[in-house]
Order: sequence, then structure tokens, then C-alpha cells
Amino acid sequence: MFTTNPFAQLNAESPDIFTPGLMQIYIILMVLFVIGGTLFDVWHKKSAKYFAKQAEDAKKHAKREVSGSDKSSALVSTVTSEILTSSEFSNQKRRLSHLMTMYGFIMFVATTAIMIFAYPQTIETPVLALLWHLGALSLCVGGYWFWFAIRVDVAAEGKPWYVIAPRADMFILSLLAMATFALLWSLSGGYGLFFVLFIAATTFLFTTVIWSKFAHMFFKPAAAYDKKLKAADGSNEGLPGEFDLSSAEIHEKFPDIPTYMGENPPNMGPGIRREAAKHY
Amino acid sequence: MPTYVHMTRCDGCGECVDICPSDIMHIDKTIRRAYNIEPSMCWECYSCVKACPHHAIDVRGYADFTPLGSSVRVHRDEEKGVIAWRIIFRNGTKDWELLAPITTKPWGVGIPDLNTVAAPSDEMRNSHLLYNEPKYIRMDEGGLHDLKTNKLVMREGVYY
Repeated sequence: MFTTNPFAQLNAESPDIFTPGLMQIYIILMVLFVIGGTLFDVWHKKSAKYFAKQAEDAKKHAKREVSGSDKSSALVSTVTSEILTSSEFSNQKRRLSHLMTMYGFIMFVATTAIMIFAYPQTIETPVLALLWHLGALSLCVGGYWFWFAIRVDVAAEGKPWYVIAPRADMFILSLLAMATFALLWSLSGGYGLFFVLFIAATTFLFTTVIWSKFAHMFFKPAAAYDKKLKAADGSNEGLPGEFDLSSAEIHEKFPDIPTYMGENPPNMGPGIRREAAKHY
Repeated sequence: MPTYVHMTRCDGCGECVDICPSDIMHIDKTIRRAYNIEPSMCWECYSCVKACPHHAIDVRGYADFTPLGSSVRVHRDEEKGVIAWRIIFRNGTKDWELLAPITTKPWGVGIPDLNTVAAPSDEMRNSHLLYNEPKYIRMDEGGLHDLKTNKLVMREGVYY
């Protein structure tokens, strides 16, 4: 069951309706919806304009030129910390749940595309089909954990899990519906109710990019990279830079540091971050 | 002028809500971002600005310490135990960084265990100094300082 290509199975069951071409067109359509939705969002919210203006302002306060190696190291660190390991989450549960959801989604979508484009009529594709099921499962585990326990409505506001904020939750709910119905469809076989719901959820997920949180997979890394570049050129969004408290230069410029903290101050620990914010 | 939140930077973590002494930083129920519910009640203490891990909160500084329109931003580094400020004038003529210690020993180690300390003597109770006041801000080294010991004379009227 977990080694069968569900799309080839579908094709075998009704070769006249679910032709490989139809499935491929559906995938291409969904990709176009994501690209179109994201671009429309950028245009509609004027975010490109806003960030271009920000970049222009930042240049005025830049202290140094950003070299090619600075740019590539910013890119590498964005890929390794923000993209691959979701390091921007300070809540570790949230981070783990995001990683499971993200990798599950990538695995699920990539194997779907490979199975439909490369093996549309090969029913036994053990590795790909297994990864497809594992991806959906990981998406479900991470996503439901988030939905029932971690999201702020439930964790902080004490709202029951079934209270939905339609626009805010449309992304996570359609994502979960897609993965859940994909698994149920694969387990039950055929193209009954679960298949219809799977296609409905998938179509909803990819066609609502303009209104949902879907596009965060593009703008979050872009914002993280932009922030690193601003730190590299010294403009740093108007924020003070990093100081090495044990350097002689800093001791001379800010004599209070060696006077009160010593020549080589120790790590003072997490301070107010010893306790998570929980009084709201 | 009161605090305001950059919606693109806020992630709704609630640190500002926890720390606000005026209880006016709230999380919006719909968009899950922090905002100042009552700007007229904000006394610009900068607690939330310093506590925000994403530097999403800003305050426009009054003209008593920097010209209007300048950017005043702060980064409180807990682990290093310092606070850094950066002030950039609107016309760009000044880009100024300041750095000051906020603790001299790791957080939490200086909290006295009052069960194990001896009760304060009458002299300590009657003193104007605070319990456990750090040595370097004490004024009583070699006796209390007053106008006489500092050879100063009180003059009439307001002067600076």
C-alpha cells in the first residue's frame, strides 16, 4: 500500500479520465497559481516598492561597501539557518513543528510531481511512494500538533481548537486537509469521497495564495537575506552594531565597560528571556 | 511620543505585553501582532522597545535629547549585559552609537536570599540607603556627602 504510486493507480483504474496529461496539466496549473498569486500579492501590497525604498534609505546610512563575499555568506547563512533549520523561531516546539510541516510538504509535493511527470503509469514506485506517504504523515504530525496545542489562540488565549479565524487559518487548514485526505485516499483506494476532498483541498491551497500565508516561503527568506545585508553594510536598520566587549578599542571608546564589567566580561546569561512571555 | 509597532517585524511573542508597566501593549486578536492600545497613556519608558526580540517597536524621541525626526533605536543584549543605542539625525549629519553596562554579574546571581541574611540593624533601618545598594553608587564612602562636606553653598532661585 505504501509502495504504490497512487496516481498511476488512479490512471490504471480509469485510464480515460485520469490521463497522465490531465494530471500534469493540473500540476502546472497549480504552479502557475502559486507564481501568479505571489506576484499579484507583491504588486497589490506594494511590498517590492516598499522594500526598494527601504534599501535606498539604508544605503544613506551604510558605513561600508558590501562585498561579493559578504553577499554570498549572507546567502549561505540564510539558507542554512532560516530556510533549512527555521532558526528564527525562538519557541523550540514551534520550530520542530514547522520543520516537520515544511519538510513534509516539500517531500510530498516533490514526490507528487516526480510520480506524475516521470512515472505516471508505473504502479510500483517503492521509494517515491514511501516518501510521498512519509511526507504527508510528517505534515500531519507537525500540522496537527501546531493546530491543537501550539498556535497562540489555543496556547495563550485558551480558545478551543475548533474556533477558526477563516483568513488566518486558511493556509494551515487547507494544508492539513490536503495531507490528511491524501493519506485517507491512499489507504481507502479508488476515487471516492476522499479523493474529491483531496483535490478540493489541494486546489484551494494553491489557488488562495493571494489571501493566505502561503507566500511566506518566498518572502521570509528574502526578508532574512535583506536584514543580513543591512547588518553587513552597517546601516542595520538604524540599530547599533555588535560590540566586542573585550576589545581595547571598545574599552577606550566606552570606559564604563572595563570599569564596571572588567576587561573580559563573562556571558551574563539569558536575562529576562529566562522566563517565556506568558502574562498576556 | 508613544510607542508604535512595525507590523512587518512583530511576531506576536508577547514580551512587550509582559513587560509594559502601563499594561497598554496588547496583542491584536485578529492579526496577532502587538499594538499600543492607548497611546496617550504611554510614558515612553522604553521597556517594550528594549524587550522586543525583533526590534519591532519604536518610539519617536522627544526633542529634549535629540532633534525631532531623528532615529533612536536600542538593542539590549542580555548575554553581554550591555545596552546599545544608536541615534541618527534626520539630515544624516550625526550617526552616534552609545554603549553602557546594565549588569556587572550574571543575571539572577545577585538576588539576595533574604532567609539567610541577618535582619538589618536599627542603624541600617534608619539609613537613607537602600538595602544592598551597589557600592559604586553609594555616597557614604568616608561619611555622608552633603553641601558642607563638598564645600558648596545653596543659592537662592533656580539655577542649573
